[in-house]
Amino acid sequence: MALVLLSFVILLLSAFLALCLARNPRRAQDAGAYGAVAASLAGLIPSVKVLFSGVSETLALPWPVPLGSFTLVLDPLSAFFLVPVFILTGLSAVYGVDYLAHYTGKKPLGLAWAAFNVLTASMALVFTAGNAVLFMLGWELMAASSFLLVLFEHEKAQARRAAFIYITAGGAGALLLLAAFSLLGAGSPVMDFSSFVFPAGRAASAVFLLALCGFGLKAGFIPLHVWLPEAHPAAPSHVSAVMSGIMIKTGVYGIIRTLSLAGPCPEWWGWTLLLLGAASCLLGALFALAQHELKRVLAYSSIENVGIILLALGLGVIGAANRAYPLAALAFAGALLHVFNHSLFKGLLFMGAGSVLQGAGTAELEALGGLSKRMPGTAMLFLAGAAAACALPPFNGFAGEFLVYLGAFRSVSSTGSIALAGVIAGLSLACAGALAAAAFSRAGGAAFLGEPRTERAAKARECGPLMLFSMRALAALCLLAGLFSPFLLLPLARAVGSGFGPAAGLEAAEAAAVPLIYVSAGGLLLLALIALAWAKRRAFLGGRKPAEGVTWDCGYAAPTPRMQYGASSFSQPLTDFFQPVLRKLGQYPVISEYFPGKASFSTEAQAVFYNSFYYPAAARLRDLAYRFSWIQHGRLQIYIMYIVVTLMGLLLWKL
Amino acid sequence: MHTFAELIIVLIILLDLALAVTGSLSSCIRLVAVQGVVAGLLPLMAGAGAPHTRALLFAAVIVTLKGAVFPWLLMRARDKSGARKDVEPLISYPASILLCIGAFIASSWMGSRLPLPETQVAWIVPASLATIFTGFLLITTRSKAITQVLGYLVIENGIYIFGLALFVEQPMMVELAILLDVFVAVFVMGIAIFHISREFDHIDTAELSELSDWRRGEYGK
Repeated sequence: MALVLLSFVILLLSAFLALCLARNPRRAQDAGAYGAVAASLAGLIPSVKVLFSGVSETLALPWPVPLGSFTLVLDPLSAFFLVPVFILTGLSAVYGVDYLAHYTGKKPLGLAWAAFNVLTASMALVFTAGNAVLFMLGWELMAASSFLLVLFEHEKAQARRAAFIYITAGGAGALLLLAAFSLLGAGSPVMDFSSFVFPAGRAASAVFLLALCGFGLKAGFIPLHVWLPEAHPAAPSHVSAVMSGIMIKTGVYGIIRTLSLAGPCPEWWGWTLLLLGAASCLLGALFALAQHELKRVLAYSSIENVGIILLALGLGVIGAANRAYPLAALAFAGALLHVFNHSLFKGLLFMGAGSVLQGAGTAELEALGGLSKRMPGTAMLFLAGAAAACALPPFNGFAGEFLVYLGAFRSVSSTGSIALAGVIAGLSLACAGALAAAAFSRAGGAAFLGEPRTERAAKARECGPLMLFSMRALAALCLLAGLFSPFLLLPLARAVGSGFGPAAGLEAAEAAAVPLIYVSAGGLLLLALIALAWAKRRAFLGGRKPAEGVTWDCGYAAPTPRMQYGASSFSQPLTDFFQPVLRKLGQYPVISEYFPGKASFSTEAQAVFYNSFYYPAAARLRDLAYRFSWIQHGRLQIYIMYIVVTLMGLLLWKL
Repeated sequence: MHTFAELIIVLIILLDLALAVTGSLSSCIRLVAVQGVVAGLLPLMAGAGAPHTRALLFAAVIVTLKGAVFPWLLMRARDKSGARKDVEPLISYPASILLCIGAFIASSWMGSRLPLPETQVAWIVPASLATIFTGFLLITTRSKAITQVLGYLVIENGIYIFGLALFVEQPMMVELAILLDVFVAVFVMGIAIFHISREFDHIDTAELSELSDWRRGEYGK
């Protein structure tokens, strides 16, 4: 525990130092990055220790805040979320040094590093807080620091808009959480989580729904995801990696804590989670397929993955409500394992997108192409991340989803509502997986394969060594976590045990052991086959050089890069099919003559939920607010009168 | 001695009513000054026996500030601003006096309801509340910035009397703190009024709303 505290201290000190050194960008970078890496190393040790020993640690310091107490609790569930926090922020900090060097002199790097380290500290605080006031402090600090980072390129209108949507969503979520906490902590003098009593009956459902929406606004499942595809592309890439990889998981963590506090949950909670999860993984993958910007694709893929996690949680709750404990344990274990795995591969993917953005100057898919020749390292690493995101073995994305699939298959063979839940879960997972594979082959193909579509893409250069180092480290972790997933079983079982009761932990350890060994064996076998194929190819070539030709030659006399398949043409069959959901705007040329002249074509992916629900709702609210604009007179006297009237009212009310 | 204190209370209430109807700015300043001086003398009358040296000293400070320094500052601001010499009320004088009387009735009722310790001087709580309300009345229904300063001073007088009602002997610490605040406030306001009048050729606060970023009809389409 002392080491966790030490890592807080390092983070805050280095944030302060980075601010102080803001005049000297290089020094500020050093202060921020070294601080973040040191804090990561300090924080990883106790987290891993707690995960393997299973013994929770508590630290209580005096804190004279009403209802508050400075209680930090590091139990296996917290530790399970803290490990990816520290891995990802440490590596992102290393990445960030090269990434931000680009902005030297143009942007306040000291402030950016201070915000980054405060963001890390606040996430660690959220995962370890044992008191609602402390938790909310971390929660709001997290929102504020990431808001600053989303505003990093504030000269772009897009970034300002994203930051505004983000802070609004964050504020709304915090309000809902405050309501949930006040219901939970009613009557107790200190809002410690350990002293919370889950109310019974309708109040319980109210708490569940409030917490689901409040945490959901951070987790970003559909329909509460609107801020996510805006804010992630706007932030600097190493921050997007952290936000998407682990910050949105604070919402998942909150939902798991709420479920664990509630004890045995009613079945409809599980159905709510399952259906929200299914909607989010299907629609997330579908929207990812229609996006034109690489980071936006990844943001929607995050929504899909959060959906998978939520779906697994829902399956688990339904299983537990029907006393199908092995099934529930499998689903919970799958959810948690996917939390860990997603943080690794999504971090890697966002870093890859960042190096594309920096190398080619843009992340618009239609402007890229041919980057695998110009940025071979980034291309390979992005490919690895994409394979993990599509849940392809031997990478780690497969292991977690495999457990969820297994839970779904098992539940299909039982009777009643569990079978239905299993069918829904299995079907949506399979569809979402297929759509995600399409989305990633489209994004990766358009960016890295073929010929460059623009001048900028043709001049792209490989990113810096520190960026490559971070991506390599994450890719290696993805591969290792996929190949050696049985070694993750013990921490996983401990985390499930501390989140859903010790019995569930044992069940999970028992139910997941054999499947994970199969996953690992399958992965190793696959690697062996690939190695064999490679060796065979070498043997066949026998020292001869294979001939190299132009990509996309296709027998044309004078091919140009514009004749390649573009991102939108690649996905057109699928996106046209789902047009009722996607509602993309487009202009298609109609060719009616024998010798057609110039024609143009455009499609635009829409933020469907934002445009057709949130924006009209906000507009209506604003109209309503303007109806009361007569209160806002602008006359000093009237304002003072308001104050007097209010004071009088309060006095008379209490008289 | 209490009869004398009660006479002072009556005087303060009368001064409130006078403030509500006075149209001349300089008379208003003078009335507020008189009220401050009278209120400053009140603790000397209310206490039993001969007052302490400290109380005497304190009363001297208050009387000097409220009777001499503040009126001087305000008169100076009034002269320098070169504004019209009346208070420019937003509502008519009869309405002002009606509101003031209503405030007095309300405060007598409230004074009887408030859970306060027994006071030695009759009517002291209603009088203090009525003074506070009068101050608010000055602030909200007069358009000049200078009358707002006057309003704050009247409110301060009311709070001071209210403090006397609660702790007859030891209102000093509280009063000292408030007095410091008010002194700074009057000082700052005097400077601000001077600058406002220099920039805008008037000290009508209603015109200041031009400075706000709120324009009617611009956003509310």
